Formats: sequence, C-alpha cells, structure tokens
Amino acid sequence: MEFTSPQVVTDALESVDYLPDERISQVVFLADRLDKPVLVEGPAGVGKTQLAKSIAEVSGRPLIRLQCYEGLDEAKALYEWNYKKQLLRIQSDVDHDWDTISHDIFGEEFLLTRPLLEAIRSPEPVVLLIDEVDRVEVETEALLLEILSEFQVSIPELGTMTANTQPMVFLTSNNTRELSEALKRRCLFLHIDYPDPEREKEILAARVPGLSEHLGEQVARVARSIRGLDVKKAPSVSETIDWARTLLALSIDDIDPQVLADTMHVLLKYQTDIEKATKELASPAKDSGS
Amino acid sequence: MITVITGFIDELRAAGVPVSMVEAIDAMKAIEAIDIGDRVGLRETLRATLVKNLRHERAFNTAFDVYFSTVPMPKGTGDDEEADSDDRPFPPLPPDDQPEFDLDEFLSQLLEALEGLDEDALRRGARQAVEQLAGMEPGRPVGGTYYLYRTLRRLDMGELEARLMEALMADENLSEFERRLIREEVEARLEVLREEIEEEIRRRLVEDRGRDAVARTLRRPLIEDIDLMHATSSDLAEMEAAIGPLTRKLAARLARRRKKHSGRLDFRRTVRRSLATGGVPVDPQFRHPRPHRPEVWLLCDISGSMATFSRFTLQFTHAMSTHFSKLRTFAFVDTMDEVTNFFGPGIDFGSAVTRITKEAEVVWLDGHSDYGNSLEKFYERYGRQITSRTTVIITGDARNNYRPPRATALDDVAKAARAVVWLNPEPEAYWDTGDSAMAHYGKYCDSVHEVRTLRQLEDFVENLTLPSGRALQNL
Repeated sequence: MEFTSPQVVTDALESVDYLPDERISQVVFLADRLDKPVLVEGPAGVGKTQLAKSIAEVSGRPLIRLQCYEGLDEAKALYEWNYKKQLLRIQSDVDHDWDTISHDIFGEEFLLTRPLLEAIRSPEPVVLLIDEVDRVEVETEALLLEILSEFQVSIPELGTMTANTQPMVFLTSNNTRELSEALKRRCLFLHIDYPDPEREKEILAARVPGLSEHLGEQVARVARSIRGLDVKKAPSVSETIDWARTLLALSIDDIDPQVLADTMHVLLKYQTDIEKATKELASPAKDSGS
Repeated sequence: MITVITGFIDELRAAGVPVSMVEAIDAMKAIEAIDIGDRVGLRETLRATLVKNLRHERAFNTAFDVYFSTVPMPKGTGDDEEADSDDRPFPPLPPDDQPEFDLDEFLSQLLEALEGLDEDALRRGARQAVEQLAGMEPGRPVGGTYYLYRTLRRLDMGELEARLMEALMADENLSEFERRLIREEVEARLEVLREEIEEEIRRRLVEDRGRDAVARTLRRPLIEDIDLMHATSSDLAEMEAAIGPLTRKLAARLARRRKKHSGRLDFRRTVRRSLATGGVPVDPQFRHPRPHRPEVWLLCDISGSMATFSRFTLQFTHAMSTHFSKLRTFAFVDTMDEVTNFFGPGIDFGSAVTRITKEAEVVWLDGHSDYGNSLEKFYERYGRQITSRTTVIITGDARNNYRPPRATALDDVAKAARAVVWLNPEPEAYWDTGDSAMAHYGKYCDSVHEVRTLRQLEDFVENLTLPSGRALQNL
C-alpha cells in the first residue's frame, strides 16, 4: 500500500480503527516520503505504540519490535555471535589451518540477528518499532544513530550491512528523560496528546461497538474533565476505552455521580486520584449557583 | 517560498529554538514533497522537521502564525472566505454597510455558531468581531494584547458565556454533575473563539507592519529561560513537565558509583585465587562496593519574597521524593521545621503546600526571612543526624533582612555533611547587595549556583559533581 497523500494515510488508518488527527497523518506521510524515522512522544496510553502497529497492519509489512529497557546493549539490540556454534565449528574441524577456520567462524552463518539487524536484513520492507527509547541510557542511544540515519549496521568482522529495503521506523518515548540532540535531529518529531472530546468520542465509537452516541459523549467529556484536574496519572485513551466497555457491560446508559464513583477505578489507578476526582466530580450537588 | 521559510527559521532561532542546519534542509526537502496550499499540512510538516521539543511548540505556533498568515493561499483550499455563499451566517459585509453594524444581531449569530460548533462560522465571526470591535488603527504601535482585550471586552465574554450556558442547559432537571460537564464544554468553545480572534488580530498586525516587526514584538522567552521569581502559574504548569526527567537525572548523578576497586580487599577470595599461582596472591580480589545510596536534605526558604520560587523548588522536591528513598525536606522563614511527611508518593502536591503553610512551624518571630536563626535551629535540632552521606541543598536568596548571618551554623552543617550546595534564584550580580548575605554563607558551601531559570537548573544537574567522603578526612 502506498501513501500518496496525508488523506490516504488517514483513510488507511481509519480502516483499521485507528483515528489519526491531521498531524499524525501528515507526519506518517512525510516519514514515508522522506524515508525518515519518526520519534513519537506523548503521555502514556495515547496510542503511540498502536500507531506503529496500525501502520504495519495497513501497509501489510511485518512489524519488528525492539522493546527498550535499562541495560539494553548491542548484543540484544543489534547482533551477537553464536559462540556455541563457533566453538563446535572449531572443535569439529581439525584438518584445516587456523586462518581458514577463523575466517569461517565470522560468517553470516554464525550471526544471531537481533531486532535492529533483522529489520535491516529483511528481504521485504518492514515496520521497525523501537519502543520506549527513553528507557535506555544515553550511551546506548548511540547504537541507534547509524541505523536511523543511514539504515545500515557496521559489523567489524563482516563489514557494513545496508538495508535491502527501506524500513519504516517508529521510536516511542514517554519523555521520562530528555533524548539526545543527535537522536532527535535524525527523526521527525511527532507529539501525540490526549485527543479532544470530539475525536475521543469517535475513537470510542470505533473501538467500542454498541456504545450509544450519548454515552460516548459523556465518557469523553468526563475524561477531559478528569484530565483537567491535577491528578498523578491522567486517564489514557486505552483507559477510557476500558471504561466505556465496563459501562456497556454493566448496561448503563447514562453516567451519574453514583455510577462514576462506582467505576472510577477503571479510569484512575491511584487512590489519591480517585479520592480527588470523586470529590470534584461525583460528590452530591452542592449548588454553587453558577 | 524559500525566503519565507528561511525567514521563519531565523525567527525560530531568534526565539531560542535550536534549529540545526540538517533540520533546515530536512524542512526544505519535506516541503517539496507536500502540497503547500494546505496550511495545516504545511504547519505540521514544519513542526515535525524543525521542532523537536514540546517546550518549543508555543514559540513555533506564534512564529508560524506570523510568517504564514498573509501568504496568499490558492483559491478553494477552505481558507478563503470569499468563496462561501451568502446563506451561511456572517455574510461578508459590503464596506458601506459598516455604520449599521448591529452588535446584538452579531452576538446572536455568534452564539448560534458556538452552539452548533461550526468552526467556519466561528472563524468568520472572529474576523468580523475584530473588524468591527477592535478599532485597529494602522501604524499605531500597540501590541496585539491591547486589541485582543478591547475586542473581548466589547464582545462581553461573560455575557456570552452565560447565554451559551443557558442555551446548552435547556433541560431543566440536569444534575450538578451534568452541569459541570457542560460548563467545561462552554469554556472550551469560548477558548476556540478567543484563539480565532487572537489569530485574526495577529494576521492584521502582520499586514500592517510586516512579519519581522510583529514576530519581534510577539517573541516570548522559552519556558526554560523564564525567570523563576516572576513565573506565572501557567508557566509553572508548563515547567512541571520538565521537572520529572530532571529529578531522575539528579538521582542518577548523586548515586554515581566510583569505578574500579574502591571496595575493600576480599581476603578470602584473594587467598583462594592465590592457590592457582602456588600461593602467591597475584590477583587481589575486592569486595564489590555497595551502591551509594544518596541521602538528600533540602532546605527551602518559603518566605513571601520567595513565593514563586519556593513553589517551584517544592515541586521539584515533590518530584524527587519518588527517586530518593532518603529525602528529607525542611522549610524555613525565620526558623526551620521538617516537612518531609507532607510530601511523599501518593500525596497531592497542592494540598501538601497548603498544609505546609498552615501546619509547619516556620515562623518564629515576625515572618521575615532569618537565615541565621533558621540554620542555627536546624543544626541544633537535626545536626546530629547529618552523616557523611548527606548532601544538603539549600534554596534561597540569602536575604537576611540585615540580621546577623550567624554563618558558623552553616559551617557546622558543612563539616558533618558530604556536601552543601546553595541554589540562589537571584542574578549573581545582585548577591551581597543590600541585605543579601550570600558571601557569608557561600564560603562554607561546596558550591553556590545561580538558578534563575529552568535551563540553569538543568545545567546544575548536568554538571553536578560532589566530593566523596570529605567528612571522613575531617575526622
């Protein structure tokens, strides 16, 4: 599938129930055009990872995912030599001289590919998702630079491996730390925020079949209201979807303070947040007269 | 087009957004790939290629509105109101109709647009409002805010809000809960209108005075360059987002481990290894050094003159409490009290601040800063608990109201602690002027930093190096 215009991106994503706003479509379109990686930033649960998955789905490309964590290193991200197999090769072969063997054991046969290298070597174009890149240390970030700008990996023993096909790369970040300038410079930047109630309503309608228009609107408005409060962890889009599903399962078709108080724990995950939201929203009417 | 883009990039740089050469080239390449008639597409393209930090978005939005407002758009791209037919609300008035502009009639049309959330109509409404109500005079050197204020006052936003609320709350028996949701909806819609008006004013200013002049007047410091002493509450809210990553970094800096064999000799393992070399201990083994667990004590001046800054430091403290298990916080005005328990995971920041001002004993005499007494009381009460692992961070302007500095108390603290760091929110040039006693205290601190802006705080965290185990040498 080819993304010929931002509108095509929008339509394609909508067909798999991912509703992008114009910013998302434009950046995805550009990424495809310019062959640049996209750095997606935003609060948890606004659909950053889902964007990459949906793109993979609509474009029919396989998704290769690298989950980042503290302590991630070359051997787990790029490639590793298969030591056991190399040992076996050396032991099983006593006739050849050392030069032949040493040349032999650093061949592709003994290479264990890890996600990044795999994305490069794949015969068909892939979507590469580097998830939560802010979790790795600054030093490890440097591992990604070569692959992001040149789409190649240098292996000292083998030489440089260049991508056969251009992968589409998405990096996600929750912004727990500032990423390095070098990394940012190589990417297109896309910030996804909580959707406005209109769009959230549409997302709910797409994701929760059977949800009534009225309830969808209420859910979206309550979500905005809670996000406006100063809470520790604002409800994410996935949590509002869960909440809408809960309400549907309980066959509730109108939210009142009581319902809200009873089901709040689906939206909010901290006791203090729940207390605060209950106090603000679900407490019985104290008529302020405004 | 190229001159507009380069002008735009120059403006971004002038506003403080770092745009590298590579990014500028990327932007140019990207523009070739898109349909530049589409304003939203153009905006998002430039944003994605040039702005890599959420904190710079505000500067970007302003610059974009200025630089691309008067660029003529091709006909029929939706931005051209002349193409609209007359049966929609707000038909463009012929110029000679102007004296008969009817405010009431206009308001009810505007209300209708707000009710139906018709964005096109809102935009036209905003345009007309500015035309009729702002009273813009070409060449008059006043800022956009003046016109905005004038327009909004004549529109009477309060009245508009009340009427819109009434219209949306037609149903009599709505619960308080539903009313609240509607109220928020009303606020959001009026905000849309306000933004449209602001944009329209900006557009007209650009027409009048040219892009560069308007861009200069609208330029505001980036959030990391705003003086913390004078930050508004919306600035503070924006800074909050940056604090989280910063505290993580600070935690990592303070906990940084010394490299190599800093642990003690592991006798048992050394002897065991020596068996391989015939009993000669060729390869001494060391115990693994224990990971350093930093202990941080924060001393915050929360007197009136420091109100904004202390709110910021307390926020910083609050964010730190999730990263340090051994964080103790003290607040002082003219005496010191521990406020550690007011913070902590799961405690709401706002209520913590109210509790501190109400419950903590920080005022002893008259509520004017007294660093001398505060530090003496602090050492008296908590001095014995300071260990060689404790890093003491003091935040305050060291303005002592001409009271005796009694800096020896700080000397005692410094001797016991691993390090004492002072963060002063005043410009360095003001230190030791008037009642500032910075020099008296400064000589007992390991370092004193000017932290007036978020950027300076970032630099402080970035370059933080602390002496290790100094207290041991002093023994």
